[in-house]
Amino acid sequence: MSHHKVEVKNLQHIYPDGTVALHDVSFLIRHGESVAIIGANGAGKSTLLLHLNGYLPATSGEIVIGDAKLAKENLVQIRRTVGMVFQDPDDQLFMPTVFDDVAFGPLNMGLAAKEVETRVMDALHRVEAADLRDKPPYHLSGGEKKRVAIATVLSMLPEILVLDEPTNGLDPHARRQLIALLQVFHHTRIVTSHDLDMVLELCERTIVLQEGRVMADGPTLDIFADEELLKTCRLEKPFAMQGCPICSPGIRTMPAQKPMVLPHGDKHHDHDHEH
Amino acid sequence: MPAIDGSFLDFKQLDLLAMRQTSVHRLDPRAKVLTTIIFILCVVSFGRYEISAMLPFLIYPAVLMAVGDLPGGYILRKILIVIPFALIIGIFNPVFDRQVIMQLGPLDIWGGWVSCASILIRAILTASVAIILVAVTGFPAICEALEKLGMPKVFAVQLLFLYRYIFVLTDEGVRTARARQLRTFGKRGFGIRQFGSMVGHLLLRTWDRAERIHMAMLARGFCGEFHTTRAQSRFGRDEIVFMGGWMTLFIFLRIYNAPQLLGSLFTGNTP
Amino acid sequence: MHMADALISPAVGGTLWVASAATIAYCSSRVRKNLDERKVPLMGVLGAFVFAAQMINFTIPATGSSGHIGGGLLLAILLGPSAAFLTIASVLMVQALFFADGGLLALGCNTINLGAFPAFIAYPVIYKKLIGRNPRQSRMVIAAIIAAVVGLQFGSLSVVLQTVASGVSALPFDTFLLLMQPIHLAIGVVEGVVTALVVSFVYRARPEVLESVLQDKPLGEMPVRSLLVTFLAATLLIGGGLSWFASEYPDGLEWSIAKITGSGERPETGYSGHEQLAVIQEKTALLPGYSMPAETRDGSDPTPTAAEERIGTSLAGIIGGTLTLVFCLLTGIFLKRRAQGHCIPPGR
Repeated sequence: MSHHKVEVKNLQHIYPDGTVALHDVSFLIRHGESVAIIGANGAGKSTLLLHLNGYLPATSGEIVIGDAKLAKENLVQIRRTVGMVFQDPDDQLFMPTVFDDVAFGPLNMGLAAKEVETRVMDALHRVEAADLRDKPPYHLSGGEKKRVAIATVLSMLPEILVLDEPTNGLDPHARRQLIALLQVFHHTRIVTSHDLDMVLELCERTIVLQEGRVMADGPTLDIFADEELLKTCRLEKPFAMQGCPICSPGIRTMPAQKPMVLPHGDKHHDHDHEH
Repeated sequence: MPAIDGSFLDFKQLDLLAMRQTSVHRLDPRAKVLTTIIFILCVVSFGRYEISAMLPFLIYPAVLMAVGDLPGGYILRKILIVIPFALIIGIFNPVFDRQVIMQLGPLDIWGGWVSCASILIRAILTASVAIILVAVTGFPAICEALEKLGMPKVFAVQLLFLYRYIFVLTDEGVRTARARQLRTFGKRGFGIRQFGSMVGHLLLRTWDRAERIHMAMLARGFCGEFHTTRAQSRFGRDEIVFMGGWMTLFIFLRIYNAPQLLGSLFTGNTP
Repeated sequence: MHMADALISPAVGGTLWVASAATIAYCSSRVRKNLDERKVPLMGVLGAFVFAAQMINFTIPATGSSGHIGGGLLLAILLGPSAAFLTIASVLMVQALFFADGGLLALGCNTINLGAFPAFIAYPVIYKKLIGRNPRQSRMVIAAIIAAVVGLQFGSLSVVLQTVASGVSALPFDTFLLLMQPIHLAIGVVEGVVTALVVSFVYRARPEVLESVLQDKPLGEMPVRSLLVTFLAATLLIGGGLSWFASEYPDGLEWSIAKITGSGERPETGYSGHEQLAVIQEKTALLPGYSMPAETRDGSDPTPTAAEERIGTSLAGIIGGTLTLVFCLLTGIFLKRRAQGHCIPPGR
């Protein structure tokens, strides 16, 4: 098994109008790791992701995927290795049927029809969407679209999976399904999200971005225990780690917020977890 | 041009109808497209005063609707919407063509009324087969058929992308229109200036979406060429029978006035 | 302005189908050679945008009636001529198939009328020339209005020519023209105004979207002059072809031509058209004596029974006609019943 690492060295990105999106970002992600990149809106998460498959060119610094430095010559190879799933599945499902969408990647790779068929069905099975193969994308639900979008990337057999806000807009059931799915993948996973509870479940390591800089990079639980850091970066602890809103009403960080008032007065539910 | 408010539902409805699995649906789309074109050519090639000879052509839409299990009321409603647009022009025929070409009892019938009626029948026939074609074939299959018949690939890709994103964009359009409607209390007009900014915003969002789609395409290795798995050519015996049978009938009906022949069998007069 | 199949003849429809298919092929190869792959999703999505934009109505000031944008000129501004033509053609095809808004045979006519003029004349020849490099809003509005008006005037003239040449409608050329052109003048002004409003919004918000308008040559390497020459040649060819076919329907087109040229006399070619038709009919008639009578409008009185036959008001015709309709209906019902019995439920 090849050891596909993702190494970002001193990455800088400046927009055409002069704003600096990324300042000197550096990190190393090893094969098989599951890493979250979190931060406020505008912190630079999506910009960073778009460098990982070469869509955006770096103003300075370099990116190494596996053994190869990312450059114009090996973009096609890189895009096979780094599978990127975007936020809005409607942007990713642009072919007439699910099968066509999942086959798009392998066909661009020049594979023969039989091989393409195998890859497509394997990918669809892995995301539990094999029965959707002939459906057009506009007949799919949000959760189905998300899973199919992942399949469109899986069929290229990437080593590294990058997902931009994967649980965005999903109902609780679809979200649960997606998390369960992502947990069994062996790929290196890089995830950006505002869904900090998913990050808690899925990613053992977290990188925090703030205004284009890496503010922290370490084990997820350590990051979420650092309240100062979270506050500076416009973040909070995951809900699972916060106090029960009924037992400890003052726990919210926004000063003006009143504690929650229940319709039944002081009585509240039994619970046995620790805060 | 009819406004399309709310009838974007038609896309979904026709799309769903096209997914049924009747024997007509299963035919290769090329057979259906070609037969429809020949049908239209035959119908519009009739002289302007023809009426009775056109009537038997109704058999084609009737049969397709029946075998294709299409909801009659729905198709009829769609046809009824279209007819006024042909009649707007057709209604001038009696104005300009007042030559009496026959007597119906005591009445003098102007040529103009006859040709107007002829226009009406043409409209019904041509509109019905167009909608029925989509309902038994589906838009993507029609594009596939046209491509196999020689349509350039660039245009085929354009049609498929357009169709794919109509659902997404019209949803956005509906939401935009509805949001505005909720904020113009009772006032009847929707300002023309507002329109500029609303549609402008929609346009910019659309532009951004196109960029994201392009990103997604590149991320999956797109290099400018669309590769497709060539579906097996399904043009077999069924298709030949379908096309051959209908086309023979159309040509026969075009040459011979069938109702006239039929009627003369009863009256005993051969003209 | 979408033409219906009910009003065209196979000759007109067929000729314009060929013309528009050729133009589509030409534009397809241009877009391909262009190598800007961003255009691929952009064309599709902007076509869908036109549908969405047409759902948003506005009130036309001073009339109180509601209108919606056409979009041809806007597409030309955003995409350039070839890509815009393809996009407009694709929109028209969807409209024809899903809304019967324009016939399938008439699709060729509509593509030329509503696509070629905005994309190849209104935008490159007028709009682009008028706005120059750094346009103010007022200049954009004026340029858009003129471009839209010109494009629509050409388009509606085309509609008139195609309808009259088909011979199905009895509207004479000049009356139809007098009806169509002023209406489309007004429509053109409105279209120009709303197009300009959208364009100026975009120009303020994101000028880079309009780069191609302000910088690139609109027609790539092709100079405007050769485009006009091509266009003129095509017009003469199509016009020539149409008038040859139109000799079968001498009255409509020639009467109007006579009116225009003021000659006041019916040209002699009318009779040779009839003669040609009679000769053809004699050769193809399989049942002698049952040939279809020629047009009745040349002054000679057809036998009433012949006319009645066509219309179906002779006794035989009425019986036959009724039977035909009943037959069609019963066949439909019968087959539907059978199909329901054997129906395979649609796959879910």
